[in-house]
Amino acid sequence: MKNKSLFLFAAFAALASAQVAQTSDIVIKLIGKDKPIIAVPDLRGSGDTQAFMNAFNGTLYSDLETAGIFQMSSKSVYPLTIPQRPQDFRQPAAGDATTGLWLTGWSNPPVNATYLTFGYAGVSNSQFVLYGWLYNVKQPDLANAQMIGKTYLGSLDAAGATKVAHEFASDILKLFGVESLFGTRIFFVSNRSGNKEMWSMDFDGQNQKQVTFYKTISTMPSVSLDGSRLAFTSFLSGTPQIVVHSTETNRRLPFFNQQASLNAGMSFMPDGKRVIYSSSISGYPNLYNSDINGAGIHRLTSGRYIDVEPKINPKTGNDIVFVSGRGGPQQLYRMGIEGTDVERLTTGEGQASNPSWHPNGSHIAFSWTRGYDPGNFNVFIMDVADKQYVQLTHGAGRNENPYWAPDGRHIVFASNRSGSMQIYTMLADGTQVRQLTSRGRNEMPVWSK
Amino acid sequence: MRIKQLGLFALALSLAISGAGCKKKVGAPASVVVPKPDAPPPPPPPPLAKAMITSFTAEPSTIEKGQSSSLRWATTNATKVTITPNVGDMAQMNGSRSVSPGSTTTYTLVAEGPGGSATQTATVTVNDPPPPPPTPKAAVKEDFSSVIARELADISFDYDKSDVREDARGILTRNADKLKQLFADYPTNVVTIEGHCDERGSAEYNLGLGDRRAIAAKEFLQQLGIGADRLRTVSYGKERPQCTDANEACYAKNRRGHFSGN
Repeated sequence: MKNKSLFLFAAFAALASAQVAQTSDIVIKLIGKDKPIIAVPDLRGSGDTQAFMNAFNGTLYSDLETAGIFQMSSKSVYPLTIPQRPQDFRQPAAGDATTGLWLTGWSNPPVNATYLTFGYAGVSNSQFVLYGWLYNVKQPDLANAQMIGKTYLGSLDAAGATKVAHEFASDILKLFGVESLFGTRIFFVSNRSGNKEMWSMDFDGQNQKQVTFYKTISTMPSVSLDGSRLAFTSFLSGTPQIVVHSTETNRRLPFFNQQASLNAGMSFMPDGKRVIYSSSISGYPNLYNSDINGAGIHRLTSGRYIDVEPKINPKTGNDIVFVSGRGGPQQLYRMGIEGTDVERLTTGEGQASNPSWHPNGSHIAFSWTRGYDPGNFNVFIMDVADKQYVQLTHGAGRNENPYWAPDGRHIVFASNRSGSMQIYTMLADGTQVRQLTSRGRNEMPVWSK
Repeated sequence: MRIKQLGLFALALSLAISGAGCKKKVGAPASVVVPKPDAPPPPPPPPLAKAMITSFTAEPSTIEKGQSSSLRWATTNATKVTITPNVGDMAQMNGSRSVSPGSTTTYTLVAEGPGGSATQTATVTVNDPPPPPPTPKAAVKEDFSSVIARELADISFDYDKSDVREDARGILTRNADKLKQLFADYPTNVVTIEGHCDERGSAEYNLGLGDRRAIAAKEFLQQLGIGADRLRTVSYGKERPQCTDANEACYAKNRRGHFSGN
């Protein structure tokens, strides 16, 4: 028995590593492979800004690291002198290539950086003013090195310093084609008020706020592509029904639910004009589409099985990934927007659920118990065209509801790895896992612009 | 004694005259009043007969409210007999009177005679009558939801299945028989069938599965003749588990169809 399970384990491990070797190009395609080294020395501030430089430096470093496009060089190998302004650079005497006041001091060993951020902060008109630069230190001269040289203004407090750091980081990331997550929001379900309600928070877990106050079970959020509408499934009329809110006014918008004991799991078309959801009006939860108010209903699937979690391709609006029990245990399927050409995406092993489209419309993240006991979900990514997949989490509790960040590089998900269900973000290669919530039970995150 | 008083009187009188004479002139000489001797004391009155109460009783001394008691009295030498409260002066010096006090009352009989009066009391204790036996009321109808909770058993489902199992068919058949009787007594109430799941599937899929389980049970009851208009369904998916342990015994408990009345 023991031998057998050991053998099985070895076989699984071999399979798993083969899978990783085969499909890691999925991750490379999404988040890149060779990451340039960036040096991010702490900036100094004068006068009243000094008190807020920890907030500034911590935020800048964190944003650049979290983006996952750089390799962060170790601060311990930095030169002793660090430039604060462009005029601090001086062509060194021959043989002194290690001074921090010349490009080679950063591009040569031991730092080996390609990029360097520097600058300083001061008070002007009672504001926090940051003078920030980004240099490509591999360039031979200063004229070619400068990529960013910009002034940023914020309020003279920690919030202002943090805001300025986000903006500086955002400008740096834009140069590399990466959208900053600063300003994006995550909606999620939390029971910390005593009932499951909709909550929202910033991309980094700050500003956690209760959105709904229905005092019943409200769950399964989805958000329109433009971020203007939040839909969820709520028991406020006694049975699970769809409720739509405006995210701007937080008012409830009209939506006609079919006369069924279950109307749930809405997904928005990219143009926000039509929606797809699950309804059991026929006796079985099948998929229907309707306009944004619930009128103009068309049936998409019909069968004596359960179809839930329709997710419309955000890029093309032409295909739907959904979860169905039509072939046995719940698996992922894909079909055309009118319900034609249904094909299974997952292998049939385990249970698969929670598909989330990458903004590029070609990949999905999802949760799957493949290789684990029923209920032990892990986060996977799949290239929908060739059904190649890669596993991002590896058995640390239940890992569910992965959802792509607008930058297409990060994933927010829920995990009970700490003992209770909480929300985490990670880079799409499974690294840089960060816990965003800790109070109550928190689940089903969706990342909004 | 009398002589001494007179002497003192004369002295005082002479002092008053002489004193007055010191201050003003007295126009006329004062006349001296001489008291007359006292009359002899009257003879003592002849002794008079004092009134006496021979007896004063209340019979019976304990009554229930609304009943009466007889006050009986016997006196001697009385010229007037009064019973208080609420009875008044009696014509007979020996007699009886029926009273019906509303509460415990102590009656006081005063017999007055020429030689003095006498007083005696008698108490009538009044008890509240025992409460009447409860009049048979129309029986209060038991709350429908408690009847359903008591009478209708849960059914169980297999993992990831919504088929009505063999054991569940038996339970649903018994539930249907009970519902037929109950619906006759409760013509406006309805029963909600709740579908529940164990925690292993995804929450989204389980919401669909619980709906399927509830509808499967409803369809079975309909086949047994229960009207669809008396049955509702709701899925709680895995939102309301009965137990939260991660083992098969607990999973099995959570994969259930439950009945609630409303």
